[in-house]
Amino acid sequence: MNTIVDGLRRTKGRKKLDFTDVLSYGYLALGVIFMFGPIVWLVLSSFKTSGEIVKFPPRLLPYRQETVVVDGYEDPLPLYIIKMDDGATQTLAQVRRIGLEAQMIDPANPGEIIKVNINKRQPVERVYFGLDNYIEGVESFNFGLYLWNSVIVTVFATLLTLLVNSMAAFALSKYKFRGRQTIFIIMISTLMVPLSVVLVPVFLVITNVGWNNNLLGIIVPAAATPTGVFLLRQYMLTIPDELIDAARIDGASEWRIYSQVILPLAKPALAVLTIFSIMWRWNDFLWPLVVLSRSEYFTLQVGLASFQGELNVQWNLILAMTVLTLLPITLVFGFLQRYITTGIATTGMK
Amino acid sequence: MLAQPGIKRARNAVSGVFTSIYDLIISLLDLIFGTTQRIIGVRGMPYVFVLPNLLIFGIFILFPMLLNFVYAFTGGSSFSPFDRPWAGTVNFDRLLACENYLEPRTCGEDLFWRAVYNTIGYVVFQVALMVLLSLITALILNRNIKARGFFRSVFFYPVLLSPIVVALIWKWILQENGLLNGILTGLGYDKIPFLVNAQWARLLVILISVWAFMGFYTLILLAGLQSIPADLYEAAAIDGANPWQSFSKITMPLLMPTMVVVLVLSLIRAVQVFDIVFAFTGGGPGTATLYIVQYIYSYGFSSPNKQFGLAAAASLLMAGALVILTLVQLIARREEN
Repeated sequence: MNTIVDGLRRTKGRKKLDFTDVLSYGYLALGVIFMFGPIVWLVLSSFKTSGEIVKFPPRLLPYRQETVVVDGYEDPLPLYIIKMDDGATQTLAQVRRIGLEAQMIDPANPGEIIKVNINKRQPVERVYFGLDNYIEGVESFNFGLYLWNSVIVTVFATLLTLLVNSMAAFALSKYKFRGRQTIFIIMISTLMVPLSVVLVPVFLVITNVGWNNNLLGIIVPAAATPTGVFLLRQYMLTIPDELIDAARIDGASEWRIYSQVILPLAKPALAVLTIFSIMWRWNDFLWPLVVLSRSEYFTLQVGLASFQGELNVQWNLILAMTVLTLLPITLVFGFLQRYITTGIATTGMK
Repeated sequence: MLAQPGIKRARNAVSGVFTSIYDLIISLLDLIFGTTQRIIGVRGMPYVFVLPNLLIFGIFILFPMLLNFVYAFTGGSSFSPFDRPWAGTVNFDRLLACENYLEPRTCGEDLFWRAVYNTIGYVVFQVALMVLLSLITALILNRNIKARGFFRSVFFYPVLLSPIVVALIWKWILQENGLLNGILTGLGYDKIPFLVNAQWARLLVILISVWAFMGFYTLILLAGLQSIPADLYEAAAIDGANPWQSFSKITMPLLMPTMVVVLVLSLIRAVQVFDIVFAFTGGGPGTATLYIVQYIYSYGFSSPNKQFGLAAAASLLMAGALVILTLVQLIARREEN
């Protein structure tokens, strides 16, 4: 405890924690609660049973009622703590409930049935993190298929984006040719035009190409991102032209120069674009929603949205599936956190 | 410890496989591109390199942009642009016809105007609140803070989440028997129908999108703050400047370029708000959180009587607003230089 306080005191190289420091840490602590609390609540809730999840007021941790197996009864019986009339308490198992009256037995003495008013029982519970919601959710939600579609889309769209964008960026940064400026300006000017503006005509194009209800309809159109071209071009401009000239004198083809001189040198920018592309494609919603109408092609996001519409009441399953959907991107963030934050800070793009 | 060499060997083997696959693909493509180069010469190669990107870009971005004009200036209900009769500015007239522009009820397309006013309200409050909070957070993170990386990640994490996930998380917290109402009743207050009340829904949509996006702008502002040279502050301190003076005379002026980028970027994004709201309130209750992109989406895709012309005209009007915002940014950037 002392070391923590010491650590807090050491701000700004001064001995004492001053008023503004306290305020700062107070703000940040509040920030952690607001930013991270909802996620924690989601994860905790996702372990609750369907009975527990509709309880109000909600409890923080997931609980499950204890059960006991008693001879003569097929199913495990739920346990309750009963407050007897004389004030003593007793742990009993419930056999059945009829109206306001519950028939209970003592597990140690299963022969005798005790009748108890239902208001006198308290369920015996313990904190329990069970995977039932996850298992049932995966079965009824077709999680595997949607995950597979999402992975296919993310992987292939990212590979295609990297290839196509880096080729274009190479040409735009390392060659002087007629139309170069025009191509660059047209691309950049569309940076700010969102997909939502051209939704109807893009859907027409996709339909005519025959790509609605086809994963290609999500993979290909997104590959020519102006953002990616711009980011890679800016980086490639910093690679010295002498390297290219030297390779050319050695007789390398232009393709060899691109693939074996430029690409290895552009690795940092390619890494940033890879991370962006994974984030974009994994979280895409509007575009897949428009292109895919048959559920066998749904990505996780579209699947989750339609699952929510279908089973409006089964929150326990929805929450478990939500956790599974945010898990992959969270893992990626955990491992590549530094690259992501610095990448965004230096390029100012999402 | 014993497992270490094994892991290393496995990793080398995996990366070896990837490298050889990469080399194989490169060599195969070299055959194609090498032959092309022999036919068209070095001067033609840049066009070959741009071609794939340009093809995809042209077909799926540029061409649809032009098609959008065809839809906007034609009528009828046909999806094929060739079957649509020329309508001139009818679609625009319909959208813009209004007796009193401040009263959406008097407009021919009242939904459009409701969406426009909702969007304006959302944009103003969301951007103001988000930029303010991002700035405060960035300023605090820029202090000599312990565990800065951790706090930065905490504020940034929601940015990574998909709009659907964000909407579901908050729907779960704000539903009638949710956590927030649980806390309220625990404190002795009545439950609040967060998602049923129009005012609450509007406010919450703003708060949730601030929650989801502010980490991104905090990061950009923090980078801007960290690029301000520390010796400026030291010099000011020697000259006897108080904290407020060094903030208003050093930090704010030098942060201005970053602020402009953040402001314009967040404005442009706010105008296009759609997916979080779509999954969170679906535009409701009633039309309380119906924003312009959802208006376009519903006329183009989800409504039973699809009106592509109207949707396209509305999207052109929105694009016009976005172009203006982008121009403002370009001019502001030029003035900085």
